Amino acid sequence: MGRERLARYSLAGPENQAAVDAGLAGGDWFRSAVPRKRMKELMRRSDYPAIRDTVIWFGLIGLFGGLGIAFWGTWWALPFFLVYGTLYGSTSDSRWHETGHGTAFKTRWLDEGLYQIASFMIMRDPTVWRWSHTRHHTDTLILGRDPEIAAMRPARLVRLLANFVGLVDVTIAFRLMFVHAAGRLSADEADFVPESERPKVYRTARIHLAIYAVTIGLAIGFRSWLPVVLIGGPRLYGAWLLNVYALTQHAGMGENVLDHRLNTRTVKMCAVNRFLYWNMNYHVEHHMFPMVPYYRLPELHEEVKHDCAPVYPSIWAAYKEIIPAILHQLRDEEYYVHRELLPGAPPFNVPTPMNDGRGLPLAPAPAA
Amino acid sequence: MAQWIAACAADDIDPEDVIPFSRDGIDYAIYRSPDDGYYATDGHCTHEKTLLCDGLVMDDVIECPKHNGRFDYTSGKALGAPVLTDIRTYPVKVLDGTVYIEIG
Repeated sequence: MGRERLARYSLAGPENQAAVDAGLAGGDWFRSAVPRKRMKELMRRSDYPAIRDTVIWFGLIGLFGGLGIAFWGTWWALPFFLVYGTLYGSTSDSRWHETGHGTAFKTRWLDEGLYQIASFMIMRDPTVWRWSHTRHHTDTLILGRDPEIAAMRPARLVRLLANFVGLVDVTIAFRLMFVHAAGRLSADEADFVPESERPKVYRTARIHLAIYAVTIGLAIGFRSWLPVVLIGGPRLYGAWLLNVYALTQHAGMGENVLDHRLNTRTVKMCAVNRFLYWNMNYHVEHHMFPMVPYYRLPELHEEVKHDCAPVYPSIWAAYKEIIPAILHQLRDEEYYVHRELLPGAPPFNVPTPMNDGRGLPLAPAPAA
Repeated sequence: MAQWIAACAADDIDPEDVIPFSRDGIDYAIYRSPDDGYYATDGHCTHEKTLLCDGLVMDDVIECPKHNGRFDYTSGKALGAPVLTDIRTYPVKVLDGTVYIEIG
């Protein structure tokens, strides 16, 4: 079971070519009909919102990190580092994401600068993950094509839970850093990272490893955990919120479909969560129109919501669906959350039973 | 054989915008720059088969609406990942309020 499941989700396995042969790779996805003039307004970006939010974000990281250092050696440091770690190890994900799309700032170097910093914080190689996420948007939840499927069918529960303290992500990140530093890519990465981009991967891995080596050296030299608690460590003890948010995006939803309304959730969140998550709770909208910056997504939601299924009113409401769905998929791999569209919405884009959401194994194309 | 084809009226395109044009099953993108220059490229991004006419024009740059691939539409130059291949451009002229592109 385990090996067969991994082969189905692997980009180096047979499902990749089967998806290409079936027309699921680079497919024609449903998009709401938003007038061109309005789309131009929504895609237009400005530096102000992201500069404001980034100053606040770094300010909070500095404040809580500083308080943690000030109270180091006492129990009072614990709550400060819990906040610092969560900001560092969880919310760097949304900064990585938005700047990776190139939509957060109008000024390119600001976007690229924050992308490099956030990539280091979240322990993702900026080049590999730019290409990985590009594929995720082309082939969202297409088996054998999407490298970013968080919850397989059936889910690997222990790994999902262990990742709430970053154990899986950090282990993989360091293994890949060493692989990249040695001038190689994994088999999956080789499927989506072009040759010409690979030297950047190797160089960045060496830089990141050097920073971690200095951090560990300082910890040993000063006989203190503090350097590790400040750099790298938050990706473990502060990773819980990243997973709380990330699983709402696609877990339990349809696979091998060409309609984001079937494989993606939009979840209402409070202002604090939307600041921390940079509005990625509007995830259906983001997948339909990835070039709309995070600060315009609430407006985009108003434009397309009549085409979609009802939004989830809270994170809790989403998890009331996600947890039973993941448990159900342990015994029925074809089960998925099938949503009802609002009256008058365009029907789901389901050209054949093959892409109705069950993620059925695809037959290899007959030899020519 | 190269030929000049009437693609659209000059006023069909807003300043700093792009519209689609198809001929013999081939898609093109016609641009109007902020200073009222007219340009044309292939209709699809060189990264994946996404129509550029749905993207955003910013000064001399067209941004693919799917993955943020960016081209200088005046020269066709690809400006960075995920587009690594330049896009083909076509000569354009405007006569009596009509935009012509040279194809073939």
